[in-house]
This record gives sequence, C-alpha cells and structure tokens, in this order.
Amino acid sequence: MGAMFHISTLHYLVLGAALFLLGVIGVLTRRNVVIVLMSIELILNAVNLNLVAFSHYWQGMPARLGGGAQALHGQVFSIFVITDAAAEAAVGLGILIAFFRNKETVNVDEVNLLKW
Amino acid sequence: MFLSHIWLIPLLPAFGAAIMFFFGRRLQKGTVSAVCVGAIVLAFIMACGAVSQYSDWSSAPENFHKPYQTILYTWLGTDTGHMTYATHDGTPTAFQADAGFLLDPLSSIWLLFVTGVGMLIHIYSIGYMAHEGGYFRFFGYLNLFMFSMLTLILANNYVLMFVGWEGVGLCSYLLIGFYFHRKSATDAGNKAFIVNRIGDAGFLLGMFFIAWYFGSLRFTEVTHIAHSGRFVIGDPIITAATLLLFVGACGKSAQLPLYVWLPDAMEGPTPVSALIHAATMVTAGVYMVARSNALFVLAPTSMKTVAIVGALTAIFAASIGLVQNDIKRVLAYSTVSQLGYMFLALGVGAFAAGVFHVFTHAFFKALLFLGAGSVIHAMSGEQDMRNMGDLGHRIPITHGTMFIATLAIAGIFPFAGFFSKDAILWETWSREAGAYRVLWYVGYATALMTAFYMSRLMYLTFHGHPRMRHDAEHHIHESPVSMTAPLVVLAICAVFAGWLGWPHSLGGSDRFTAFLEPVFAREANVLQEQGRAGQLAAGEEEEQHNTGTEWLLMGLSLAAAGVGWGMAWRSYRHADKGYAEPIAAVAPPVYNTLLNKYYVDEGYDYVFTGRRKLGDVRLGVLGLGEVSAWFDTNVVDGAVNAAGWITRLTATFSSWWDKWIIDGIGVNGPAILARMLSYPARLFEWGLVQWYALVMTAGLVGFVFYYVYH
Repeated sequence: MGAMFHISTLHYLVLGAALFLLGVIGVLTRRNVVIVLMSIELILNAVNLNLVAFSHYWQGMPARLGGGAQALHGQVFSIFVITDAAAEAAVGLGILIAFFRNKETVNVDEVNLLKW
Repeated sequence: MFLSHIWLIPLLPAFGAAIMFFFGRRLQKGTVSAVCVGAIVLAFIMACGAVSQYSDWSSAPENFHKPYQTILYTWLGTDTGHMTYATHDGTPTAFQADAGFLLDPLSSIWLLFVTGVGMLIHIYSIGYMAHEGGYFRFFGYLNLFMFSMLTLILANNYVLMFVGWEGVGLCSYLLIGFYFHRKSATDAGNKAFIVNRIGDAGFLLGMFFIAWYFGSLRFTEVTHIAHSGRFVIGDPIITAATLLLFVGACGKSAQLPLYVWLPDAMEGPTPVSALIHAATMVTAGVYMVARSNALFVLAPTSMKTVAIVGALTAIFAASIGLVQNDIKRVLAYSTVSQLGYMFLALGVGAFAAGVFHVFTHAFFKALLFLGAGSVIHAMSGEQDMRNMGDLGHRIPITHGTMFIATLAIAGIFPFAGFFSKDAILWETWSREAGAYRVLWYVGYATALMTAFYMSRLMYLTFHGHPRMRHDAEHHIHESPVSMTAPLVVLAICAVFAGWLGWPHSLGGSDRFTAFLEPVFAREANVLQEQGRAGQLAAGEEEEQHNTGTEWLLMGLSLAAAGVGWGMAWRSYRHADKGYAEPIAAVAPPVYNTLLNKYYVDEGYDYVFTGRRKLGDVRLGVLGLGEVSAWFDTNVVDGAVNAAGWITRLTATFSSWWDKWIIDGIGVNGPAILARMLSYPARLFEWGLVQWYALVMTAGLVGFVFYYVYH
C-alpha cells in the first residue's frame, strides 16, 4: 500500500497550494481580524510546507548539484518562517487588542481611519 | 542834589502808580488825589531843580555844554561780555544797556513841560473825574504814564528809551480804553496799540541797526561816533536805521500813514487826550528824531522823507479837521497836523524850531483839550458841536482861555504859536538854499486851514445860537476851580511860552534856540565838514541878509490866519440849528470826502485789516489769513491727503496682489492643483483593507499568469 501510494513532491505542492488558497480566501473574505490572522497563519504554513517539500526533494538530488543529506536550507528556512509567524501573530494580536480598545470591534472592514 | 538824584523824578510817579495798584481800591478819593497829584508836583519841583542845577553845571568851563549823565547800573548785558555780538566790521562788542539818565538841553525842555503840563492836567483831573468810577484806576494809569514818559525822556540809551516808549504805549492803551464797558473805547484802545506796534517794530529794527553799526546804544556814544567823520553823508546803513527809527516815530507821533489811531484815541477821558494824545506822548517821536539828529543829518534821504511826510501829514490832517463835528476830533486832527509841522521842521534840519513848536504846542493844545473837556463837562457829556453854541457867556473862563489858545495855534502875534510856527515856516523857506520851498506852500496852506478850523470850533461852540436840548441847557455851569485854574495857568503859558524864542529878526534873542545849541550845533559842523558848506552857507547867508523876506513871510502867515478866521467868522458867526457848512455848499463831494476822513479807515479795512471784501477778494491780514487757510486746506492738507490716498491705493493694490497673486497663485494655486490632481488618486483608497488585499492578490495572480504564459 505504501509503495503503491507513493507520496511525491507534487502531492505536497498541491496540498500547499490548497492551504495557500484557503488562507487567501480567508484573508479576503472574513471580517473578523482573528480569523484573518489565522488565515495568514494558513498561508505561512502553506509556504512552510512548500519549503520543506522542496528541501526534501533536494535531498534526493546528487550532491554535485547541491543536493544530498546536507541540503537542509529549506527546512531551516521554514523554522525561521515559523518564528516569524509567531512574532507576526504577537504583533497582530497586539494591534487587535489596541484596536478593540478604541473601536470595541474586531471587524476588519471597520478599520478605515486612514481613509481619505 | 536834584541833579544827582535825577532818577527820583520818574520814580516818584512810579511809586504813586504802585500804591494805586496795591491799595487804590481801599483809598478815599482825597487820598488818591493827594498821593498821585503829590507825586507829580514833587516830580515837577525836582525837575525844575534839576534843570536849574544843570544849567549851572553846564556853564562851568570844565563841563561846558556837556550833557549830564548818571548811570545807576548796567541793566541789560554785563561787563563779562556774555552778550557779545559782532558789529558790522567784525569787532566783538558787548551788548549793554544802562539804567542811566541823561540830562541835556533837549531832555530838559521835555522834562519841564511834561512834568509841568502833566501836573496841571493831574490837578484838572481831580475836578473832571470827580463823578466818574475808577477814580484810583485813572490816577494810577496817569502816574504810570508819567513814569514811562519820564523814563523815555531821561533815558541815556535807546533801549531804556524803548522801555519808556512801550510803557507810554501801554498806558495810552489802558487810558483810551478807560471806559472799557464801551465797545468803541476798547476798539480804539486796540487800534492805538496795534498801529503803534507797527511803528515799534520799526524802532526796534532801527535800534538793532545802530547797535550793529555803531556798537553802542548810548546816545552820547552814538552821537560821538556819528560826529567822528567816519561816515559819508548818505551812508545806506545809517539811512536805513534812521528811516526805521522814523517809522517808529510815525507810529507814536501819528504821522502818515500810521496816524489813524490818534483821532480814535479821543474815546479816552478828555484829560488823557490832553496829556497823552496832545501834549506829551505823541511828541515822543519828535523827541526821538531830535535825539538822533546826529544820525539823521548823515542821511539826507531820511531827512527828506521826514520833511515830506511831516508836510503831507500837516495838510492832510488839517483838511480833515475843517469839517469834523466832534469837538475832540477837530482837536485830534489839529494835533496830527501840528505834529506834521514839527516833523517838517526836523526834516528840513531845523531841529530847534521843531522842538520849539513841541514846547509851545504842549501848552496851547493841552489848554484846548482841557477847555474842550470843560465844555463837555458843562454840556453833560455832549461832544457834537452841532448841538452847542452860545456857550461863551455861560462858561466865561473856559471861553476866555480857549480863545487865547486858539489865537496861539492860529499863529496870531504875539501868542506862542506864532513864534514856533513862523520859525518852522521860515526855516522851511530858507534851508538848503530853498530846496524845501514847495513844502513851505504846503505849510502855509495848513496855517490857513488851522486858523479856519479853530475859529470854526470857537464860533460853533461859544457863539451863534444855542442849539442844545433844554435839559442840557439848564445844566450848563462853569467848571470847578480845580479845572479852571489849570486852564488859566496854561493860558498864561500859551501867551508867553513863545517869547522864549523871540526871533532875531524881530529884535529878540531867540534864547530857545541858543539853549538847544549844545545839542544841535555840532550837526551844522558835521554838515560843513562833509562838504555841504556851500549849501549851508547859502542858507545862512539868506537867513542873515533876508530879514525882509522873513518879515514878509510873517506878514503872509498873519494874513493867512486872518483870512481863515474871517472865513469862519462869515460862515459860523450866526450858526443856528441846521446851519450850512460852506464847503458842503461849494463842493459836496469834497465835503463828504473830508467828513469821511478821505475814507482812510475804510481803505485800511479793505487793504490791511481785510475786514471788508473787495468783490469776492479779501485783502490785508484777514485776506492773508484766508489765503493761508486756503493754502493749508487745499495745498498742504491736499498734499497730505494725496500722500495718504496714494499710500492707501498702493496698499489696496499690494493687498490685492498679496491675496490673489501671492496667496492665490503662488501659495494656494499648487495646493488647489494638488487637491484637484488628488481626486482620481483618491478613488483607489476606499478604506477596505481586504479589498486592498484582493487587488494585491489579483495583481500577483496577474503577474504569475503573465510570466508563465508570456
């Protein structure tokens, strides 16, 4: 079953794309800032998935082309992205709280103070 | 003792005036009379003593013919020279004026008749002013006047003389306006003061010329320098100085064209007219010119001017006097006319004759005025001769004394006026080899007029039919002794005063001229030194060898007096109500012109004061004021307003420029432009974060497709 149902890089990419698409739709359509932030997390994780997938793919390539067991850049980079996502979530929630204190709402369509 | 205390003479009346000023209101009339009249009596006694001592003093060989001068202190300027000025040749000179007194024959004569006549008039005033208000005020002013007049006479320099000159002017003003509740009186006072001011300006300027040219204002020093021979005859500065001095004399002594104040001065009480406006103050101009004789002989132009102005004034005023109806006005014009005679004499160089006429005139004119005052007193204040008549036997003393004065002024032998007037006419005829003979005719015609208007006055007042109202007629009475006594004394003087100058041609010794010789003799020497010996000798020769001519002229004068008298006798002897004026019958326009005083006052109103308009034009002072006002309103203010208008216009433009060009185009323009340009840009900013994200995503997708399928 395992051999027959080989999970290739393409599968990861399709899953990443799907996650990315879900994130984008969430960011664009949901009014609640919390959910928008969560959708951003989805997008970032989709990116992480791609990074890890391509990193795994490179590990299977010959070393003269830069592949091999040592080709861990993408995985390392995904760690950075996760860190960045945490930081981003902290900043975003901070803004959210400050915003809520002023407007008593968390709807993103009401954030229009800087509109002309 | 009198001579060394000569400064007491003016101080005595000043003391009287001071008492009247501080305590007069509280004093009894008797006390007032005692103080004021007493001061003048004392001054007169001191004056007599001083003159008598002076004649002794100056007869002594060491002082022979020298003026007596005593200087109390330096009144103006100091010895330290802080008032130093440069004379015309650049010499630094200290400006100095002493409180000093000078007694010489000239001032002796004035001193004697001013104190003498002044004393008589003070006594007369006791009676005349007895029922008037302001008794102490009147006597205070009179004493102040005497102080000023004596200062003027006894001053040893021009500055102190000017102090007295202004003082008498002030007192004249105060006394003309004595009845200050009457507008005509205050107007007359103002007129006198203002007209005199014009003359005073001339005096001052003349004085400055002398200070600048001679470096001194002391009479003795100026005379000495003038005699030194340093100046040519006709020196223009001396001519200017003397002409200016003569302007001053014209103002004070009522000569053309400044005589207009004197007839109006008759608004004052009659003793004032007698003292100030007939006998004493108005002769101050004559005194000043005579005092400056050393200067005048150096300026033939000035001498000619003096002579011509004098002669013209004489006949001009006499002709007006022919038809006046106010008894005091006739006498006023007579005074102006007689002053003209005096200046005629001075102008032709006969200083002694001029002074002689001043001397005799003081007595008979004071007498005429006091007599007129007595008449007015008797007539209960009536001054119009048309309402008099037949007073002769009702007030006999007044009539008699005035008759003597009339004979004197008309020049009937042997009354005082005969000698002085004939001296003047003879000198006019003979001086400068007859160069002034044309003026003799003027003087001669004046003599005839004088006789006419004086006899007219006598006939209208004392003879003919009574023309007064009945209540006034019942009230007629002879004046009290205090008034008639001075009349009698003055009448005696009017008879005998002239005998002092009994001429050589009539076998006399002309002691008057001899007495004045120390003052005027040097002038003849100067003339000789300066090369006019020929003319002078010719004149003297004529004088010596033409006694016959002199007799002829005397005869002619007497004839003129007789003719004038006869004409008046014929016309006014039987004057009844509505009597006819002979001049009006012969030539009405002439009569009207004379009655209206040649319209001089009206002319002055048009030309100088500008109280009346010539069409739409106003001349004179008011005209000048109007022109100035017009100039100020239209030109000065116009310029100011124009400057303001231009400023405002510029400011308006500047403000418009700032608002619309600088602010509008320069500052707001880019802003508006930026705003306009911002509208399409703003359309992209509709404020929904998620739309932005959608556009971003769409753009991203677009790029991806572009690059993938390109």
